[in-house]
Amino acid sequence: MLGSLDARIPAGSLDSKWTDHKFSMRLVNPNNKRRFDVIVVGSGLAGAAAAASLGELGYRVKVLTYHDSPRRAHSIAAQGGINAAKNYQNDGDSVYRLFYDTIKGGDYRAREANVYRLAEVSVDIIDQATAQGVPFAREYGGLLDNRSFGGAQVSRTFYARGQTGQQLLLGAYSALMRQVTAGTVELHTRSEMLELVMHDGRAVGVVTRDLITGEITPHSAHAVVLATGGYGNVYFLSTNAKMCNVTAAWRAHRQGALFANPCYTQIHPTCIPASDDFQSKLTLMSESLRNDGRIWVPLAHDDGRAPHEIPDADRDYFLERKYPAFGNLVPRDVASRNAKTVVDEGRGVGPLRNGVYLDFSGAMARDGEAVIRAKYGNLFDMYERITGEDPHRVPMRIYPATHYTMGGLWVDYELMSNVPGLFVLGEANFSDHGANRLGASALMQGLADGYFILPYTIGNYLSDFLGDPALGTSEPVFADAEQAVADEMNRWLSIGGTRSVDHYHRELGKLVWDYIGMARNKTGLEKALSEIPALREEYHRNVRVLGSADTLNQSLEKAGRVADLFELAELMARDALTREESCGGHFREEHQTTDGEAMRDDENFTHVAAWEWNGEGTPQTRHREELEFDNVELTQRSYK
Amino acid sequence: MSAEINLTLKVWRQAGPNAEGRFVTYEANGISTDASFLEMLDIVNERLIEAGEEPIVFESDCREGICGTCGLMINGQAHGPQKGTATCQLHMRSFSDGDHIVIEPWRATSFPVLRDLAVDRRAMDAIIGAGGYISVNTGAAADANLTPVPKETADTAFDAAACIGCGACVAACPNSAAQLFTAAKVQHLNLLPQGQAERWARTEAMVETMEAFFGSCTNHGECEEACPKEIPIDFIAWTNRDYIKAKVKNRKLVG
Repeated sequence: MLGSLDARIPAGSLDSKWTDHKFSMRLVNPNNKRRFDVIVVGSGLAGAAAAASLGELGYRVKVLTYHDSPRRAHSIAAQGGINAAKNYQNDGDSVYRLFYDTIKGGDYRAREANVYRLAEVSVDIIDQATAQGVPFAREYGGLLDNRSFGGAQVSRTFYARGQTGQQLLLGAYSALMRQVTAGTVELHTRSEMLELVMHDGRAVGVVTRDLITGEITPHSAHAVVLATGGYGNVYFLSTNAKMCNVTAAWRAHRQGALFANPCYTQIHPTCIPASDDFQSKLTLMSESLRNDGRIWVPLAHDDGRAPHEIPDADRDYFLERKYPAFGNLVPRDVASRNAKTVVDEGRGVGPLRNGVYLDFSGAMARDGEAVIRAKYGNLFDMYERITGEDPHRVPMRIYPATHYTMGGLWVDYELMSNVPGLFVLGEANFSDHGANRLGASALMQGLADGYFILPYTIGNYLSDFLGDPALGTSEPVFADAEQAVADEMNRWLSIGGTRSVDHYHRELGKLVWDYIGMARNKTGLEKALSEIPALREEYHRNVRVLGSADTLNQSLEKAGRVADLFELAELMARDALTREESCGGHFREEHQTTDGEAMRDDENFTHVAAWEWNGEGTPQTRHREELEFDNVELTQRSYK
Repeated sequence: MSAEINLTLKVWRQAGPNAEGRFVTYEANGISTDASFLEMLDIVNERLIEAGEEPIVFESDCREGICGTCGLMINGQAHGPQKGTATCQLHMRSFSDGDHIVIEPWRATSFPVLRDLAVDRRAMDAIIGAGGYISVNTGAAADANLTPVPKETADTAFDAAACIGCGACVAACPNSAAQLFTAAKVQHLNLLPQGQAERWARTEAMVETMEAFFGSCTNHGECEEACPKEIPIDFIAWTNRDYIKAKVKNRKLVG
């Protein structure tokens, strides 16, 4: 049984904690590093950066990824940019300001010490990536360019056109491949982690399934690093890639790792709405469009007229009406909730009445079509490719979609979970974004964790085991885990039900979207807690997985992932129900100001909720980590 | 406007790497023209599962044209008929009611078929591992603005770096060469000041690793036509130039 959670935050002033801690942590000398085995699961920004850096240091690293190449990881799809407190623009940025903006943006539900460290190392990330050849945007003088992003009043975002995530990932991937060639990193592609192996209360390895041959393989190590991304696909429709899932983190949770703040999910306001029932994913359109587009819906319910036939008097520019100061540029969560309100009222637009207009006709009349085209041409093309409509002629239709998950496995200051030897990086952990992530901060966190934090902190853990070989894979704990995986595969194949895995995933997604989406309330969450388990029970009884376990079998791969999403969804509902306040991406309808804004309850909920697995069928136990704010004052956000 | 169309698909089915493959015909009726090509296959698969048949294996992940996981030969064209578009971004409004569509995996000796439409593209990682990087350990970098890079240079390097590693260039090439893929990475790094130290070693190692796995480039230009990121074959020309120089410089015959 756990007491109250201790994040092991070093003493001292905010700006000296990391420096002092780096000095006080124990080191592993270069000769001894090659005696330690480290497993890194996942090859996105956090995983590739960590594996490359550990390999360079001399550790024996094994990278496990279910992709066919490390370069496929979903970090690649991030568009906007990466924040760093370089202050190259001389506009008043600083480590402290980036720290402050991130804490405030997270609605005061993140750890001060972690966030400050993130801001500190942000500057090193830009140097590292540039040295690797990441082609960041540049000014004519040859120096790096910056732009501004939501939630900040300075220009601190570095970018590479609309493909910043791709370029940063390719940088980390190239560093990783260099280590693979050097022989310090062993790369296992198409290898999916399905069990975390524990011995004496420590993480000692994992079991993987080869997605091509079905071979089940044990891997032992002195430490296991999970960098396996977020769980946005619990909604089925999200901006996540199709394969994104919670399985690695969830299997670790089932072995005792605490899952923190699962109800903190982020909805992005400007995505292309679903066009039919077979929609497989949602595509994000850059938030920058809101600078020139005006968002509106018809005043009348079920107005069937084409947009150009609706005169201004019959339109409701609802953000401009409700938020005269910020208008169409209110933060993501506010814009999203208001779009939901008007669509729920029956004023949605498009064939399925599931979107709102984002209209550029005014901007084109004001600035000329050429100017708007120069600014947003690539986005307009992308929109037209997907919808078949030209935004120069017809207003875009947009609707919010799940984009990022702030919750994840609980980690301490050293990014180690409560399970000794299990480290968690990037979106898979919970630590730095509180209840809401600012734009251009996900890339920053993944690379900070991988390049500049884990390589230091892992030594502090490993130094205790000098001279101890990793546990042999012939130990019974490995055989048990291998058997568990084999049994699971056989179980899916033997159900012989009638509906596909995707069918149930889609149904689950609808429940999660309806009850644990942009706005939550007690009644809905209680419904979720009865309907999700009922659907899960049907899933386990009636899912149809054809084929065999010893071939490439995509239904079989998905079956286990969806089963884990079911369990996660239930925990999300429980977490959202327990958190009787609104904060960041978690909006409880019962807790709002008279203006309809999120209302925190700092007295009772200034803490992290971290849930402990108690076995199947028994609700998890909620633990708390109290958040201390010694440096910033907690305030209410307002955008009027 | 959206409509529903009926299609006849001829799909390559192959049970495993060593199994014999064949085309199987499927009727895909009532497909919305708003569906993406892969969503059309999702629908077909859903119907196959309901009918008790194993679904068609094809790969995809991000479905927004950036991860490079997807890639199908559609009526003999890598990624299908729409220029500059990866398979996942192709939509059914590019097709008409009654169309017959032939769907195959990438065909290349170095891309063995794993199952149905999925192929093994690990040889491309080997090319990157041979030198597709700048050797800078974590923490060793100087301040990013110490090395100005002319904007035009950075932009051109970016044009090359936009490669998504999908393998369409290989599939489209009559020689199954991965020259556009290789050249894109070589030039991305060779153009930048940060990449100069290893320029000649990189060029030689990557080009020769490419040749060890894939066919040789004979300038057909099919790769540029098929590339979903429209990467120009200028990069191949520049890489050929760098390769010839590298053969001399790497032998230390010059200063």
